[in-house]
Amino acid sequence: MGSAGLSRLHGLFAVYKPPGLKWKHLRDTVELQLLKGLNARKPPAPKQRVRFLLGPMEGSEEKELTLTATSVPSFINHPLVEKMDLVCFFPVCGPAFAHLKVGVGHRLDAQASGVLVLGVGHGCRLLTDMYNAHLTKDYTVRGLLGKATDDFREDGRLVEKTTYDHVTREKLDRILAVIQGSHQKALVMYSNLDLKTQEAYEMAVRGLIRPMNKSPMLITGIRCLYFAPPEFLLEVQCMHETQKELRKLVHEIGLELKTTAVCTQVRRTRDGFFTLDSALLRTQWDLTNIQDAIRAATPQVAAELEKSLSPGLDTKQLPSPGWSWDSQGPSSTLGLERGAGQ
Amino acid sequence: MALSAQQIPRWFNSVKLRSLINAAQLTKRFTRPARTLLHGFSAQPQISSDNCFLQWGFKTYRTSSLWNSSQSTSSSSQENNSAQSSLLPSMNEQSQKTQNISSFDSELFLEGNILCQERKRIIPVLLMNFYHAFILLPISEEEAIQIIADPPLPPASFTLRDYVDHSETLQKLVLLGVDLSKIEKHPEAANLLLRLDFEKDIKQMLLFLKDVGIEDNQLGAFLTKNHAIFSEDLENLKTRVAYLHSKNFSKADVAQMVRKAPFLLNFSVERLDNRLGFFQKELELSVKKTRDLVVRLPRLLTGSLEPVKENMKVYRLELGFKHNEIQHMITRIPKMLTANKMKLTETFDFVHNVMSIPHHIIVKFPQVFNTRLFKVKERHLFLTYLGRAQYDPAKPNYISLDKLVSIPDEIFCEEIAKASVQDFEKFLKTL
Repeated sequence: MGSAGLSRLHGLFAVYKPPGLKWKHLRDTVELQLLKGLNARKPPAPKQRVRFLLGPMEGSEEKELTLTATSVPSFINHPLVEKMDLVCFFPVCGPAFAHLKVGVGHRLDAQASGVLVLGVGHGCRLLTDMYNAHLTKDYTVRGLLGKATDDFREDGRLVEKTTYDHVTREKLDRILAVIQGSHQKALVMYSNLDLKTQEAYEMAVRGLIRPMNKSPMLITGIRCLYFAPPEFLLEVQCMHETQKELRKLVHEIGLELKTTAVCTQVRRTRDGFFTLDSALLRTQWDLTNIQDAIRAATPQVAAELEKSLSPGLDTKQLPSPGWSWDSQGPSSTLGLERGAGQ
Repeated sequence: MALSAQQIPRWFNSVKLRSLINAAQLTKRFTRPARTLLHGFSAQPQISSDNCFLQWGFKTYRTSSLWNSSQSTSSSSQENNSAQSSLLPSMNEQSQKTQNISSFDSELFLEGNILCQERKRIIPVLLMNFYHAFILLPISEEEAIQIIADPPLPPASFTLRDYVDHSETLQKLVLLGVDLSKIEKHPEAANLLLRLDFEKDIKQMLLFLKDVGIEDNQLGAFLTKNHAIFSEDLENLKTRVAYLHSKNFSKADVAQMVRKAPFLLNFSVERLDNRLGFFQKELELSVKKTRDLVVRLPRLLTGSLEPVKENMKVYRLELGFKHNEIQHMITRIPKMLTANKMKLTETFDFVHNVMSIPHHIIVKFPQVFNTRLFKVKERHLFLTYLGRAQYDPAKPNYISLDKLVSIPDEIFCEEIAKASVQDFEKFLKTL
């Protein structure tokens, strides 16, 4: 019974990390909940042990002794059973499952929230594949004009206070467009493509150029969703980022606007092909929900990773390491559309 | 012709190279009626030459019936000394009784201190040849059947699994419901249990615990937590229970306290007295209320007193509650005395400063200090988003703190927030 549950526990799934929780604590909590669920199942049938017991031989007149092989339930392999009438099962070896391999994909720091991909068992291998696929991620970043702090967060030490009456939506949009343009150039540069080839041109037309190895944070798309001074809401598609760099981005946008800004919320809405819909909330971190989530995500994960890691369509081998495309990437350079949905 | 025990040379008697479990103890534990004839040597079938007999003999001679050393298991030397004195007298009888060989399970010797070192002797080589001759004599089918050759038990192990099949004490404990996997993590306790005899020692303790009021099905959990109770003196335990009765704790009260805080009876009378006195002075509650408090949360008596002192200071100085308010909150929720200081301050900070709830209302609902902070935060933010965050009793649509905190999600969403659970989940994903 326990092994049946364990066999379904290999793969990737997404949880929604609430703000204020460290990713390590989240990983530990998920592991504990899974172990609780696995150990709560009925223990397997007892192992029989063959013992040779002395006893009188049947059908003999004299009292001859002989050995008969009998199978008795072994006492040493069963977890604790409360009921006294199950005499054959002895509690000696403790819970059947004591440890599970649970891995974390792209991490989120304590104050950020959003989609966090976890892998269980053999799924941890897929986490590396996901990392090597270099897919983009979506964030919603909330900013507050008029303040500057030392760590770019709202609760940091205050450094400066400014006015922001002169800030308008158009100014903000213009700045975001400049940012996106400069990052576009950086995208091409870090992707190590020979731009003079036909394939590179086709990829550029489709908007699929991106670096497949380490690079600084690159923004593939950024736009403003909501602007009501002092608050504003941005949507950012990026890769190779950290949440601290996103907060720094908000700070720099404030500087460009000739005022100051701090970041109040960083929330990841998409990580590769895992979105908010499939992310499990805190109340759903138990064995059955996680198994269902893994089952739901497996075909998609397999397909996407296959596509990302397979070589390009009938093109000659380029010197740059494994370029490939991602169907989730932004379809237009201005990033007005969100990355292609499911 | 069969080898019988009497024919084994007497000098085996005194040879002792390893410490062993006393045969007397083993007779009761291992119910093997058949004669076992030096079955140890069957584990080492290759007896090639005489000069290697010494090593062989030294390893397996333990199978000899004439053990005369009493044994103890590995680590605790002080229990060895006490065990020695009690076991030594019975050893001498053993050497007379030859049928004890039959019950002797040779494999069960455990490493430990070597007692009586002065009685070690070297086996002369001549006698070795003599013994050798005995081994190779043919034996009848009947006697061959009666040789029992199980794989030897390990002399020292990190788990009780290896010994449970052979130890009646352990088997009976497991039947009671004791979780041995937790006890084996404490080597001293595990060794103690292995050496105790069920009939003599453990039974007395169990009967005493039943007298105190612990039910049969609760004994297992109690013993798993407090395995050290076997090293306590029964008289002392009775005195402590009498002391508690003298302080007007009823029998049911004492049973509940012992069940919830298994280590309670390990505390001496003076210590218990000091602690009860501390709580009475510190909280300045009436005797009856202190008694109720301690019965509800007996781990106040067994835990450390420092966190309680700190928490009292936190409530008074940092959070600004008056003494009678603190008394009221503690009688409602005793757990507040042992709560984590940081969590207390964070919860209070959110409830008082963000939700703007004044002190006198928090005092009415102290269970807010007992809930996780994220629960309070999420529900408050949801109500704010819906515009229903109204915590002032004077105004309409008032939501009390206990309703905010103590009811499950579905009921909260339907009745208080008047929204569906899916809306709540969608909202949570926007935080």
